[in-house]
Amino acid sequence: MSDKPDMDAQTLAMKRFVLWVPLVIAAVFFGFFSYALFFGNTSPQQRAIESQLVGQPMPEFSLQPSLPGRPGLSSADLATGEPRLVNFFASWCVPCIAEAPQLMQLREAGVAIDAIAVRDRPEDVFAFLQRWGDPYERIGADTQSEAQLALGSSGVPETFVVDGDGVIVRQHIGDIRPEHVPELLAALEGAR
Amino acid sequence: MIRGLVLLFLAAFLTGPVHGQSRMAEAEWANQQLPDPADEAEAKALMESLRCLVCQGQSIADSDADMASDMRALVRRRIAAGEEPEDIRAWLVERYGRWITYDPPMDAVTWPLWLLPLLFVGFGVWLARGRFRSRKRES
Repeated sequence: MSDKPDMDAQTLAMKRFVLWVPLVIAAVFFGFFSYALFFGNTSPQQRAIESQLVGQPMPEFSLQPSLPGRPGLSSADLATGEPRLVNFFASWCVPCIAEAPQLMQLREAGVAIDAIAVRDRPEDVFAFLQRWGDPYERIGADTQSEAQLALGSSGVPETFVVDGDGVIVRQHIGDIRPEHVPELLAALEGAR
Repeated sequence: MIRGLVLLFLAAFLTGPVHGQSRMAEAEWANQQLPDPADEAEAKALMESLRCLVCQGQSIADSDADMASDMRALVRRRIAAGEEPEDIRAWLVERYGRWITYDPPMDAVTWPLWLLPLLFVGFGVWLARGRFRSRKRES
């Protein structure tokens, strides 16, 4: 009989504690959602969609030449025994202008670069290369984004590193900034 | 002061973000229906459940982005060639990951989404039963 009040006090304390549990759970959920909404790198606005084909052979595609006098590009042209870059660009794409000097720098370092011109007219491609530099060996005209969709690329500019066997080693999403040049050179060296 | 405000107002409207937009004409079938209504219905259902890569959060049926119109053209072309919608979806998932589909398949990663609600309901029923029982005993 004597220990009964003690037990009641204990259960009361327990009940008080339990009352807080839903609030704690709600706070955890709220924190999780606000984090994902404002800071998460999976928030819809900031998400870059990576190609699932990195590490796999280049899918089949064959593109007509974009400029007269310059060969077009097909997947067979990429297994040359030497690693190379495939650059998705377009004359209507502003960040493509920003990365042009870096592409020229890579070209001067001896890197072979092929291009896929996305939804672009020959005269616009010609004017773009005249103005911002022309680092390309082959340029395929991807008039309906078919090659872009086949490679799992989701925009311009994007750059794929392809090894000598035609296997995609790396995908660079967005413009190549000066600080990305060493990374790309290292990836090309690693693919050798 | 007022002149400053007017200038600010003009500046806000005259300068906008620079959007890259292709000057190419849209692809054939991007915005045309297929001649066979059954094909078109299949294509439409598929397009409504594929996510646009540019305007993320819109389906390619709703988006005005160039890339979405090229994706609609791809879907209609392949449906017209006799390909199954689910094969086209699989082809895209292979390239862009399951993120591209609004209708994710049930597999090792997604099964908790289906199973967890059932578990929660079961837990709720169990909890409620416990409460009803103890009330009965008290009365």
